[in-house]
Amino acid sequence: MTTEVAARHEPLLQLREIGKTFANGVTALKAASLTVREGDFLSLLGPSGCGKSTALRIIAGLSSPTAGVLDWRKSLDKDHIGFVFQEPTLMPWANVFDNVWLPLRLKGKSRTEAAPAIHELLERVHLSGFEKAMPRELSGGMKMRASIARALVTRPRLLLMDEPFAALDEITRFRLNEDLLDLWQDQRFTVTFVTHSVFESVYLSNRIVVMAARPGRVFRELAVDAPYPRAEAFRTSPEYAALCRQASQVLADAMHAEGR
Amino acid sequence: MRAEVQAAPFIDREEAQRARNAKLERIGRWVLPIAIMILAIWLWDRLCVWYEIPQYILPRPGVVASTLVSDAPLLFTSLLVTLKITLLSLLLAVVGGVGLAVLFTQSKWVEMSFFPFAIVLQVTPIVAIFPLINIYVDNQTAKLLICSWIVAFFPILSNTTLGLNSVDRNLIDLFRLNGASRWQQLRFLRLPAAMPYFLGGLKIAGGLSLIGAVVAEFVAGASGQSSGLASRIIEAGYRLNAPRLFAALILISAAGIVIFLVLTLVSHLILRRWHESALSAER
Ligand SMILES: Nc1ncnc2c1ncn2[C@@H]1O[C@H](COP(=O)(O)OP(=O)(O)OP(=O)(O)O)[C@@H](O)[C@H]1O
Ligand SMILES: [Mg+2]
Repeated sequence: MTTEVAARHEPLLQLREIGKTFANGVTALKAASLTVREGDFLSLLGPSGCGKSTALRIIAGLSSPTAGVLDWRKSLDKDHIGFVFQEPTLMPWANVFDNVWLPLRLKGKSRTEAAPAIHELLERVHLSGFEKAMPRELSGGMKMRASIARALVTRPRLLLMDEPFAALDEITRFRLNEDLLDLWQDQRFTVTFVTHSVFESVYLSNRIVVMAARPGRVFRELAVDAPYPRAEAFRTSPEYAALCRQASQVLADAMHAEGR
Repeated sequence: MRAEVQAAPFIDREEAQRARNAKLERIGRWVLPIAIMILAIWLWDRLCVWYEIPQYILPRPGVVASTLVSDAPLLFTSLLVTLKITLLSLLLAVVGGVGLAVLFTQSKWVEMSFFPFAIVLQVTPIVAIFPLINIYVDNQTAKLLICSWIVAFFPILSNTTLGLNSVDRNLIDLFRLNGASRWQQLRFLRLPAAMPYFLGGLKIAGGLSLIGAVVAEFVAGASGQSSGLASRIIEAGYRLNAPRLFAALILISAAGIVIFLVLTLVSHLILRRWHESALSAER
């Protein structure tokens, strides 16, 4: 038990002094350092333009840093990363099953080989029975659920999420927050979650990395010590309110520190 | 009261009005053009009678219809020749257009180098190019095919190129993240994403391939080398056989309409399940 807990907190990857300057001269990240630990639910919180998406894309290997090193502590290959975008980005010509099948299909898994994993995941995200539905027939929340299922179907060790619930209404967002936490606790992957909602980051994460803009950088790190599982009641607890106040304060400081 | 509600679900006045309008529109879409057509034919017939127009200038509709029947063997054989060229060139336009588009999207450099040539081919009037083709190509069918193909392939090429390039960036990232090969990206992402664009181009190309075929026959037919509908029209023109001329003309239009309807149906069937424009067309 103790060894397992220890294993869950070993560093999975480290960003050391990562910098990214785009061809147009914009410095999206400057000397950003952070450590993602095995089993973390880590949120990147910050104002628009502080380089959250850029950091996530660098971690995913979709973009390469102009400075610094990205250090994977455990041998991970691309199979072990799942990515969820802000929009569901489902293929509109394929039904839910085929959309979730895609990552496995690209790795050469046939429909029948992939089917058990897909059905299981669809059940986990509460989309059982919608296998044949086309994306346009789904609500925004359901599309996002399908998108999450697609990201998890390869059983990734690290799930990267870029403001996945930002476009959803609050009720749907709360429900998806809970379901995501359930999945995370169940399947024990590591999450790096980009958001600009203080409330969402406090509710979900055990660690919050607050970022500042112009140039994008890591401003401060916060630990959220509230125990899991966090049920709906957590949202109304004084503890949650206090944590949110604390995080808001840090975010306000980060925004105040901009441009210096 | 309760029974009444069960018998007919309550619809408010606005919804009822909307349903009525939609129904009227559906009927009108078919009835109006047909009614106007009948009226025009009737007027045509009356004009011929009122002004005693001679048959070699403007034949009465009835005469055209009976010519269509009496000359059927001749006209339909010619129609078949024209249709063969049309469909074959459409097929080649699809193969060539899609093939070139795929080639273009494999490399920006290829696209930059060759797209201008496609445009040159497109903007040069086919009638002006034909004499050249006539010199270089011997085979009659090949001549007509080349002509018709040049006219028809461009919309397919340009639309498909556009479609292949207008893929959601995030989906491309997702494919990269999952280590998709170039071929997989083409097969599972770019080609399906380009489908609506391609079908749009196909609809235009269908009409153009018929026009291309007929124009090519006209130019070739002037030197008496063709047996398609265009040569029937030229022939009839020489002989002042206006009824046959009209009959041939009607066959060409009818062929064009049928091609358009078939392609519209095909694209509707393919896109029905997912594409937005197909959906709004349904409404
Ligand atoms: N491909 C690119 N080329 C040029 N500049 C870019 C590119 N991508 C991002 N940027 C710039 O880098 C900065 C950081 O962008 P990034 O998308 O990482 O911010 P973000 O924190 O995700 O913001 P948001 O919360 O609005 O999504 C911005 O100023 C943006 O304009
Ligand atoms: Mg972003």
